[in-house]
Order: sequence, then C-alpha cells, then structure tokens
Amino acid sequence: MNDFAPPNDFAQTSSGLPLQPVYGPRDRQGAAEPPDPGRFPFTRGNYPAGYRGRLWTIRQYSGFGTAEESNRRYRYLLGQGGTGLSVALDLPTQCGYDSDDPEVSEEVGRVGVAIDTLADVEVLFDGIPLDRISTSFTINGTAAILLAFYVAAAERQKIPRNKLTGTIQNDILKEYASRGTWIWPPEPSLRLIADTIEFCAEQVPKFNAISVAGAHFRDAGASAVQEMAFTLADGVTYCDTVLARGRMTIEQFAPQVSFFFYTHGDFFEEIAKYRAGRRRWATIVKERYHATSDKAAMFRFGCVSGGASLYAPQARNNVIRVAYEAMASVLGGVQSMFTAAWDEPFALPSEESATLALRTQQILAYETGVARVADPLGGSYFVEALTDATEAGIAEIMADLDAHGGMVRAIEDGYLQGLIADEAYRAHRDIEDGTRPVVGVNRFTTDEPPPDIQAYELDPDGREGQLKRLARIKAERDSAAVRTALAELARAAEGTANLMDPLIDCARAYCTVGEMVTALKAVWGEFRQPAVF
Amino acid sequence: MKRPRVLVAKPGLDGHDRGAKIVARALRDAGFEVIFTGIRQRVEAIVATALQEDVAVVGLSILSGAHVGLTTRVIEGLHKAGADDIAVVVGGTIPAADVPRLRAAGAAAVYPTGTPLEDILVGVRKLAMETPCASA
Repeated sequence: MNDFAPPNDFAQTSSGLPLQPVYGPRDRQGAAEPPDPGRFPFTRGNYPAGYRGRLWTIRQYSGFGTAEESNRRYRYLLGQGGTGLSVALDLPTQCGYDSDDPEVSEEVGRVGVAIDTLADVEVLFDGIPLDRISTSFTINGTAAILLAFYVAAAERQKIPRNKLTGTIQNDILKEYASRGTWIWPPEPSLRLIADTIEFCAEQVPKFNAISVAGAHFRDAGASAVQEMAFTLADGVTYCDTVLARGRMTIEQFAPQVSFFFYTHGDFFEEIAKYRAGRRRWATIVKERYHATSDKAAMFRFGCVSGGASLYAPQARNNVIRVAYEAMASVLGGVQSMFTAAWDEPFALPSEESATLALRTQQILAYETGVARVADPLGGSYFVEALTDATEAGIAEIMADLDAHGGMVRAIEDGYLQGLIADEAYRAHRDIEDGTRPVVGVNRFTTDEPPPDIQAYELDPDGREGQLKRLARIKAERDSAAVRTALAELARAAEGTANLMDPLIDCARAYCTVGEMVTALKAVWGEFRQPAVF
Repeated sequence: MKRPRVLVAKPGLDGHDRGAKIVARALRDAGFEVIFTGIRQRVEAIVATALQEDVAVVGLSILSGAHVGLTTRVIEGLHKAGADDIAVVVGGTIPAADVPRLRAAGAAAVYPTGTPLEDILVGVRKLAMETPCASA
C-alpha cells in the first residue's frame, strides 16, 4: 500500500475520540476558559512561567551490570558532575527471588543489578556519599525491602535518614495488570506501600515514596485515554488506602505522589492527555479529598517518548517519531523526560543512538523555542476542545472502574487486564490490516530487511561473583539474628504496625530479599493471576 | 471433530505478555481452544498443564533473552513425560542466530517479534493437524 491517499483514520484520534475537520469558538461554548498556568486546576501547567523557572529534567539510560560495575559507573557519573543515579534491578530482585534460586538462574543480572542482601547495596554505593546524591530505584514488588536496604546502607555511612533523597517506583497496582513483578495479593501490598509512604513522610522526608506509572499500561496495549484513566484510578486507590488509616492528611501525602507515562505518536492527543490529566487529578484531589492547598492538587509527571510506538522495520524512522513525541510531551508540560533510542525495539541502545536521543531533547530545549512560553497551545480551539473531550473520556473510564467495584476488584477478576488486551488486539489488527498507518510497516515499505534482534548478553562472571558473595554472606552472618529478625517481620505482618522497622532490622541482619519475601508470603499468600486474554 | 487445543505459556520472569495475549486471542478467533497460563510460569508447571489439558501445541512467549534455556527445559520436560508428540513453538525477541539453536533443541517453529499473525495461525494449524492427540 504505497499510495498517497490520506489515511482513513482522520475522523478520530488513535484512542477513538471523534475529530471534526476544523474547530472554532462554537466548539467550546459554555466551557470556562482555563485559568493561567500555575493556577488551579492547572490545565495550562503547574508553573506561571512555564519552563522559564526550570527546564524539564533530561534523564537518560542507566545501563546494566553487577554491583561492582554499577558502582564504577556511578562514580564516573558523579565525577562528571551528575547528581542523580538511576538503579535498574534484575528480575529476580524485582520478583523477590535470591540469585541462588535455581528457578531464576537464567535471569540473574540480566536486566539490571542483582541485589540479595545489604552487602550488595554496600558494594553498589561504596565510596558514594548517600547524602550528596539522589537515587531512583525502578522497583515495585520489593520496593519496601530495597528502601530498607538503602536506609541501612546510609546508617553504615553514618548519614541521617533526613538527608537521603531519591525515589522508589513502588506502584504495585499496575504490576498486576501489566508489568508483572507482583508478589503478594493487592490488599497486603497496598498496606506495605502505605507503610513506606508513612515511613518516608516521618523519617525520610526528602525521599519520594511512590511514582504512579501509566507507562506500563500503555506498553501492554492501553490507549492514551485509558492510560491516563487507569493511572489516576491507581492514584485514587493509593490515596484512599493511606487516608483510610487516618495517620496522614492529604496535604502531607499528595505532594509525595508523582506520575509517569509513555508519550506515543498521536501528537495532539498526547498534549491533550497531559493537559486533561493535570486538570482531572487536581479536581479529584480538591473534590474527593477536600485538599485545602493548591500544592496538594498539583499533578507532576515524567514520561518516556518511544516505547511501543517504535518499530523495527526502517528503524531509523524512530528518530523522527521520538522527536515529535518529545515535542508533544513538552507542549503537554512534562517535568522530566527520557527519550528512547531508535534502535531500542531490537537492541540495547548503542552509545551513538543513546547520545542522539539525548541530543533530541537538547535541540528541543535549546533551539526550537517551544519552551520559551508557558502552555503555548492554550486557547487553541482544537487543543482546548480535545482536552475537554479527553478529560470526559478519562472520567467515563474511571466511573466504569468504580462501578465495577474499584481498581483492586478489577485487577483480581481480570476486568482491567481484559480492557487492555482488547485494545492491544484491536491496535495490532489495525496495523496488520493497514487501518492504522505506520510508515515502513504497512505504508511505504521497502525490501530492506528488518534489523536483527540483539539479545541481552549475560556475563557469566558477574553471576558467579554474585553467587559467591551470597554464599559468603550466608556463611558469615549471625544465623540466630537472621531467624529472630524474620520471625519479628512475620509477627509484625500479622498485625497492623508499620513494617519498615522490622524490614530494616532484617536488612541489618543480612537477611536476603528472598527470605523476607518468603516470610511475608507465609502470612499474606501469593497473588493468583487471572489468565485473561 | 474436536477443536485443536493449544497452550500459550510464558516461562521465566519477564512480564511482557502483550504479544502472548494477542496470539492467544488470534488463535481463539481462528477456532482453536486456547489455554493461557499467564506470566511467570515455572517450566514444570507448563509441562504439567500441557499434559493435563491434552494440548496439541505449546506456544512459548519469551522476551527476556532466556529463550534457548527455557525452551530446552520445556522440551526436555515433555520428553521425560513421554509427550514428544506435543509440538513446541516459540515467539518473542529472538535473534536470527538463535533460530537454528531453538530448532536444534526441538522447537517445531520459531516466530520472532514482527511475524504476521496469519503465519503463526497457518503454522500452528499445520502442527495441530499433524499431532495425533489433536484428533483423539
């Protein structure tokens, strides 16, 4: 289909919102003009001067390896003036298995660092003063355990807790429906998340206890409108959980919550998604939780431009896709962004492609001028009308989830997974039959063979080193102290006390991630996954 | 005639099930009876389910890079259980160089990311017809 006929999807956005050929004043009749940027409900952005006060944070790839390799890279980055570290963990660590568990032997150290005990974290941050860096952990199921390790490692460095800065993703709900690193059922997992949020607010106030992520829903197939709706519904579930315990107010809690998304290729839909999401969240925080301050109602978000919107055929086209997506993110008011490298669909990005992705953001920030004026599209007949329609779509999906019995129910019975699978299947069929045009895939194709997939290469020495260290720690640690700490953790889990102190005691005793997870499984059981497709 | 049964399974820890679910649904739409295991299944559990459900074909979806090891273990498990007649096919992020390795390990077909659904349907249908238990 190498014709030049207009695509037949002009009458709607990729989420299915209807589009007119042209928009004018009549299309927003009755709707109030959104207030200036920096004013509730923040449709036009969080800050009165947009990016003039501060540009968005440009984040890039963090890489893989052993604790030793990562430590060397961190020291290098800090030597170059960096102040933030991003830690990727391997899947066994994320799912709560130790490196010596035979079931996971093929995955140790594969997509990130293997962490079994505090000893690994000590190596990871050796010579790195934890009060002078900010550390971001992509960790969910075992987030509380990693936080306990981090606090215990800081203790070893004699650094007070209130000096620690960083983030744990700690968003379990989306794991059940998309990313997959769940361990325990939703209810006890939510309790553990509330424990980390309260612990951070009291003792580690500069540490962000949660980043609510929609990106993984999107990667699993959700549309842009679904992505935002599901994410806000998760945010509501976390707020409800914390507030129901009666130990914190929305004013204390909401400023800790930030959000994370994918930006894909439907330019105006993505801009409208962020403007509508900001307004919907602010409205929820004020109306549902009666927040008194505007600060509590502010929706702060980061994004990745790329992901499932990139394709392997004619892979260099991805450079162009990422550039448009990054621009949409900035016009939508993003606070921090990662731009994917063009070779990401089939390889670990090369240094060259990763640098090009970085340059894409720098050109956007410093050459195009799009960051000079706050919300430059505000007042556009089309953008405001699409923002209204998107917000209505988000509200409709959230109401449907509510009617279904809420997010936890929708996860447990597979309703949410079914919605995502429906959309993924539809999008896949639309691309295969050409209804949804993708250049180089179903339009303007060539005989150029698609690039070969490059597998992640495992470093067997790295795994050996990890197993040796784990064996040594297990032999040298005080096994009575280990037993006591684990028993105390299980006892605390049966009650309602905050679990962070018992987890930190386990960390100090060099209990493994797997031992702590197993102790909690004995009390809480495991999540039973509804196999919906 | 009984509808051919297919098990779509995800061994290992990777949670990327978008492709597995799309293939499972396409197989169902094409008239197969499809059993989907969900993610993070142990190899022993996949083998046990394949036997219990009396499937003609097992489709493994692996995006973690551990496809050679995991596929080999599933095929060995079926062999030990005397179920060599169950065909195993593999999909996911599979480099071209690994396709012969997977075939050598006993995979009946390999479908790397980007394979058209129609190719998978045709291939699986052919395998299901060749398998004795499909028409048993």
